[in-house]
Amino acid sequence: MSKAEEKPKSSERRRFLVDTMRTVGAVTVAGLGLGIYDRQVASALPAQAIRPPGALPEREFLGACIRCGLCVRDCPYGTLRLARPGEPVATGTPWFRAREVPCEMCEDIPCVKACPTGALDHGLTDIDQARMGLAVIVDQESCIAFQGLRCEVCFNICPLRGKAITIEMQHNRRSGTHARFIPVVHSEACTGCGKCEHACILDEAAIKVIPLDLARGMLGRHYRLGWKHRVKGLTEEEKSRRFNLPEGVEYDYRTGIVRRKANPAPDRKEGGVPPDDSPFGDDPLESLRRRRRALP
Amino acid sequence: MKLTRREFVKANAAAAAAAAAGITLPAGKALAAKDASIRWDKAPCRFCGTGCSVLVGTRDGRVVATQGDPDAPVNKGLNCIKGYFLSKIMYGKDRLTTPLLRKRNGKFDKEGEFEPVSWDEAFDIMAEKWKAAIRRSMEENKGKPVDQLTSRVGMFGSGQWTIWEGYAASKLYKAGFRSNNIDPNARHCMASAVGAFIRGFGSDEPMGCYDDLENADVFVLWGSNMAEMHPILWSRLTDTRLTKPGCEVHVLSTYENRCFELADNPIVFVPQTDLAILNYIANYIIQNKAYNEDFIKKHVNFNQATTDIGYGLRPDHPLEKKAKNPGVGKFHKISFEEYAKSVEPYTLEYVSELSGVPKEKLERLAKVYADPNKKVMSLWTMGCNQHTRGVWVNGLIYNVHLLMGKISEPGNSPFSLTGQPSACGTAREVGTFAHRLPADYVVKKKSHRDLAEKIWKLPEGTIPGKVGYHAVLQNRMLKDGKLNAYWVMCNNNMQAAANLNEETWPGYRNPENFIVVSDPYPTVTAMAADLILPTAMWTEKEGAYGNAERRTQFWRQQVKPPGEAKSDLWQILEFSKRFKVEEVWPEELIAKKPEYRGKTLFEILFRNGQVDKFPYEHGTVRDEDGNVYDNDESEHFGFYVQKGLFEEYRRFQHEGPKKGHEQAPFDVYHRVRGLRWPVIDGKETLWRYREGYDPYVPKGAGVYFYGRKDGRANIISAPYEPPAESPDDEYDLWLCTGRILEHWHSGSMTRRVPELYRAFPDAVIFMNPDDARERGLRRGMAAKVISRRGEITARVETRGRNRPPRGLIFVPWFDAGRLINKCTLDATDPLSKETDYKKCAVKVVRA
Repeated sequence: MSKAEEKPKSSERRRFLVDTMRTVGAVTVAGLGLGIYDRQVASALPAQAIRPPGALPEREFLGACIRCGLCVRDCPYGTLRLARPGEPVATGTPWFRAREVPCEMCEDIPCVKACPTGALDHGLTDIDQARMGLAVIVDQESCIAFQGLRCEVCFNICPLRGKAITIEMQHNRRSGTHARFIPVVHSEACTGCGKCEHACILDEAAIKVIPLDLARGMLGRHYRLGWKHRVKGLTEEEKSRRFNLPEGVEYDYRTGIVRRKANPAPDRKEGGVPPDDSPFGDDPLESLRRRRRALP
Repeated sequence: MKLTRREFVKANAAAAAAAAAGITLPAGKALAAKDASIRWDKAPCRFCGTGCSVLVGTRDGRVVATQGDPDAPVNKGLNCIKGYFLSKIMYGKDRLTTPLLRKRNGKFDKEGEFEPVSWDEAFDIMAEKWKAAIRRSMEENKGKPVDQLTSRVGMFGSGQWTIWEGYAASKLYKAGFRSNNIDPNARHCMASAVGAFIRGFGSDEPMGCYDDLENADVFVLWGSNMAEMHPILWSRLTDTRLTKPGCEVHVLSTYENRCFELADNPIVFVPQTDLAILNYIANYIIQNKAYNEDFIKKHVNFNQATTDIGYGLRPDHPLEKKAKNPGVGKFHKISFEEYAKSVEPYTLEYVSELSGVPKEKLERLAKVYADPNKKVMSLWTMGCNQHTRGVWVNGLIYNVHLLMGKISEPGNSPFSLTGQPSACGTAREVGTFAHRLPADYVVKKKSHRDLAEKIWKLPEGTIPGKVGYHAVLQNRMLKDGKLNAYWVMCNNNMQAAANLNEETWPGYRNPENFIVVSDPYPTVTAMAADLILPTAMWTEKEGAYGNAERRTQFWRQQVKPPGEAKSDLWQILEFSKRFKVEEVWPEELIAKKPEYRGKTLFEILFRNGQVDKFPYEHGTVRDEDGNVYDNDESEHFGFYVQKGLFEEYRRFQHEGPKKGHEQAPFDVYHRVRGLRWPVIDGKETLWRYREGYDPYVPKGAGVYFYGRKDGRANIISAPYEPPAESPDDEYDLWLCTGRILEHWHSGSMTRRVPELYRAFPDAVIFMNPDDARERGLRRGMAAKVISRRGEITARVETRGRNRPPRGLIFVPWFDAGRLINKCTLDATDPLSKETDYKKCAVKVVRA
């Protein structure tokens, strides 16, 4: 039933070996070495290629990875594959394309465990800490959520739903009466597993996982977002603030809204003025007094 | 002006069109040229009860694109993800294109394999089986009065039927076959809501409309996951919450769903205790004397419901034997003081304890209802309807609104949301239920039958007066061999009905029975049938739906159905030609109308000088730009079938004693984006029963509930009573079933859209992580859900969109590969006969 059952574990690896041998033959004839090709792609990973969880930074990874294919063998979902000659990734190294088969984020991380060299960092024991890449909404014009349609598939399918992808609700000014449910990716939680890119219902995904160094900007070191770094204690004064207001009017300092106090119907006035959040007093005795009054 | 707009629309939808057609086009001129050949026309969405309007783009006989209709007031150009894929639902690879009959050695055999047959052969065997069953019924009915008649033929219809399909089916069964054993899948969906409307107000369907979503200050959700099930309405509600100062959202559910993302007061309660919470609110209002005395005095009666009414199970079930008043819906008048006393036990302490909801949350909820200055819209769907006390719990919501007079005005609105696109327009308004006739009339009342017989030109006593088999009873009767010829149309009840193993499957495969299933796709139900009829869907026929706010919307046929597929309407009318009146009515009935002798049911019911009143020729159906549309049924039968049926149906709204259901003439609806009934003098009605908004309310009355003789609404007191089955030591978890955003009902359409399938392929078990851990389960592992009735295997989801509390799991029912209704219990509300799909006991173990 699962993909793991459908696909023999080592098929990908076997196919790779066969393919590689074929290509080696061809390349040798042409008088070119694999090494030259490898050097060309070694410096930066193309945007659509994702390394397995725990992969060292690309340059170090290429040094450490011995192209043994054991991580690919142990991937239960057939996500990982070994780069073949001609592919934009250093030949023989493990990678995946999220749109084809995303990482299922196994809790026991078998691919990392299988790595004999530490090219996949054995220090990674919690899959939620993996940083394979970062999901980015690359095309807001095509993303139907940005247009106000109710999709949210990327949000719902995210294994760290609510942390790595959240929904920001905004007023839809075009329709005037609807909200937009905008997916927002949070780099502090996104593992780059690619489930979102895989599930995106568009013909071409509007959300894509790309390598971290391509995906991220950086806020100036001189600035902090005030609501994220709230300085404690400075806002206590709020509670003691008082205002000049006409009678019967209340003012909410937080929202800045001025409105008439809820005016209870005259025949219900006994027992004093009710507090602002309710038509009733908080005193149960007052409620009991009212209760005595029967219907006519 | 119109042409300009049309051009504009065409240009705008270019990209969508190309994409849906599967063509890669270079940008610019080429695209525009291709797109100019697309014809655009309006239609309501095929899916939920929201009733979004879309524009359907057709080219070369194929729907190649859709777009949200920017001028539709409901959705203003928006769609949910299902609506986004409308253009693909008709093009699943395994569409049925020819009738299929179970055969062996060239002959029908219940145990045979499906073989393609012609429509003639299909109707031959079908008519043979129907005639045999009807003959038997006529034997059994000899000498019986009209209100004792029973029948061995039945039909299970749909809230997804078009208005005229429901009307024609109902007429064929109730008048033609003289069988009231016709019920829609809306029984599973809205029957409890209907029960409460009729008991409380004497007239079905909401008093308010969707504009309440912009006019309310506070929203309270009682068992409705609107965020997923009514996505566009939820986006309106959310917008009000975001933009209106002071707006609050209270969400009540038995597990955290996506609505909780917006909740100011999130409340997870123990299943079934919604009854107690609502009584607590009523008690709070009374204790604090917050009720609207003036309103109560003028517009409300107080009543007490009969209690201990059982669980709608088979009569020999221990729970039914134990109940003091099984199935009794009677209620009697009480005084206000007696009513106050009846809710007095529901104190904050008691209800907080019973429901597991913290006191401050309950109090906060009660206060918004009790505040005379806050306009409250209550919304609910299946959490309240699919409930063994569904009619009660619906009624308890009205009680709270009526105590405060918060009803029938902008923003103050108890609003029963509808699940299906035409549960209102077809199932309820046309009356395709076992007890109903069109326009809120019922089979039980002679005067109502008289009216139907008059309009339908039938001899007196044609329509049986005994209520037929409702949905759940149909399955039981099939199993027991008392219902033998059965037609399932426009629904997937093998997947949808509860307790599949014990109560659904046995009846379909009972050798005494012949089961026919009409569907566009080979569903689970079709697999259980003896004969499958390939069916046209959505814009492959001319249609009309009525949504949850009483809005009736029409569409024209856009494309031809594939192969031999025919619409439900064609099937019903064509099948009626197979019956001579002598084969279905007894001689004494025919004797009252001798001119019908020798005629077919088609001639009597549909060639009756009314339904065939409007001539049709190719070119009759055209839009304002002059585009001509097909109408396969009218072409085939030689008259404008849909118009004739609709205009005859309208006579029920205009000629009977019941007012307030009037719809506009047929042609009007093709020109407008839906109208909310009653439509009086061309004007639609937004809020019913309120002076100024509703023309039936007399001047000076303010409010008038004219569905009831005395013009007063009923507050009906009903207590908390426990659910039919609760978790115990062995079956230690609650099972709640429901839907998800990406799939429509049983998934027969949406699971054939690859993108939607990929977005949510299989049903999972939404489970609390602690419950999972305790059972040695992790997220993603396969587990078995086991009840006393059956089991399924699915994967565990502990992080998903639904977050159950400890002790409850949620499993969606869209997945034909994981039929959760093997586990559910067929306990129903004894009053509405609607199944409770939200509560039964299961255990979960590693698979």
